[in-house]
Amino acid sequence: MSNPAQAPLLSAHQIERRAPIGDAVLLHPASLDIFGGEHLILSGPSGAGKSVLMRSLALLDPLCGGSLRFRGEPVGAAGIPHFRSQVAYCRQRPAVLGGSVEDNLRLPFELKVNTGRGYRRERVVELLAVAGKPPEFLAKDGRDLSGGEAQVMGLVRAMQLDPTILLLDEPTAALDPESTVQVENLVLGWARGRSSDVATVWISHDPAQDARVGTRHLRVVAGRLSDLPAPEAHAQAHQAMVQAAVGTDPRV
Amino acid sequence: MSTPAYLNDLSWFSLAIAALLILINGAISIALHLKLEKRLAIAALRTVLQLLAIGYILGWVFEVNRWYVVVGIMVLMTLVAGRAAGERGAWHYKGMRGDAVTSVWGSSWLVTAIGLFVIMRIHPWYEPQYVIPILGMILGNTLTGVAMGMDRITSELQARREQIETLLAMGATRWEAFRPAAQNAVRAGMMPVINAMAVVGIVSLPGMMTGQVLAGQSPDKAIRYQIVIMFLISAASGLGTVSAVLMAYKRLFSAEHRFLYWRLIENKGDD
Repeated sequence: MSNPAQAPLLSAHQIERRAPIGDAVLLHPASLDIFGGEHLILSGPSGAGKSVLMRSLALLDPLCGGSLRFRGEPVGAAGIPHFRSQVAYCRQRPAVLGGSVEDNLRLPFELKVNTGRGYRRERVVELLAVAGKPPEFLAKDGRDLSGGEAQVMGLVRAMQLDPTILLLDEPTAALDPESTVQVENLVLGWARGRSSDVATVWISHDPAQDARVGTRHLRVVAGRLSDLPAPEAHAQAHQAMVQAAVGTDPRV
Repeated sequence: MSTPAYLNDLSWFSLAIAALLILINGAISIALHLKLEKRLAIAALRTVLQLLAIGYILGWVFEVNRWYVVVGIMVLMTLVAGRAAGERGAWHYKGMRGDAVTSVWGSSWLVTAIGLFVIMRIHPWYEPQYVIPILGMILGNTLTGVAMGMDRITSELQARREQIETLLAMGATRWEAFRPAAQNAVRAGMMPVINAMAVVGIVSLPGMMTGQVLAGQSPDKAIRYQIVIMFLISAASGLGTVSAVLMAYKRLFSAEHRFLYWRLIENKGDD
């Protein structure tokens, strides 16, 4: 197994974001490396810039400075669709794109970036089972989904495409405890089979979640990314790393 | 064919009776709280003033019969139509009015040129009796197509922001993310002329044909012109709609496959 500390999957150098209108600083220059096998937790007060940072990592908003490298290579304008298919940003409330759950899951394969790949139902059914959803879930109308069900649909939609990094913007903030566990199982189960080839980044306000899934912890406060976690978060992050070490992480 | 005598002279009194009918619209607006009274009054007043003015102007233009006068009038008509096309709707973006003028201008002049020089083959090329009414009819419909296209594309993009961003985040190109909204907008912009073509002659007798027949032209001749006009109108309107939607695309999506949603600004107030 390669040493993930030597080659980050995604490397952000001094990336900076300003509001498109009014020029207010949304994210002060921030540098961040994301390594294979890790589950990075981003926390911080609401409106501090966690989502801004995460959206910047997916190049969804224009950067005002800094650079991004994916597997060591800079990402040019033409390469952005492919880059986003690899660094998949998942909104807190996934957009339902019409039709049934299965229609939603088929849709990405119509995109140019997925040319030559096909929808695989058995794969999807497998993923759904991890999240505690029966195959009948596929026939459900997308408009009737609860928050938790929509989240599962959104995550499976992203995971079936084999991304390298999942950027999860408060994936469980609006979910009940049971759905939260299902979503965590889904993501961690998906990642476990791929270990150092993939990574996940979570925005979370829940210390218990940090403890369950996190292997590293960063804070965003007032638009600044800090490597130094707050004392209580540090303890949690450490505990999480110990937990993760029992499982898959080779570094600890 | 002789013209019935009573049509020769619509008196001012008759016009005043017709004007009273606009009060029906005013009553509807008040009853349903549409807040359209002011716009309605201004629009009705403009109808009267503009038609009176154009009557005098056309009389003068026909008399002078110089190409630069005709072209000047054409430019003026086009600018007014283009501005009107960019003024409606709940959302706008910076540069939308310019885009609307460009869309109206390009598509209407191109199709008018085809109509006048390829189909009707007029001489001289600027003969105002043909150029002005035909451009006018094309402009009126292109304006509608462009306005509908602009209105629909901005509101669709606003309403679909989450979907568009989800598509982009999944690796869609900006065009792939834009396409569903564009399809709806272009469809909306083209529906009025398609509907008009479907019922023409049965439900509606178009203005130009009616005018020609009322003025004593044989229906057969008037109908041939009308067929040409209908196709010119639908071509120009379709072209204008597509142009408007593509221009919105250029403004609101970047080469980095980003949706620049903050460029969409909500229009405030009724005017």
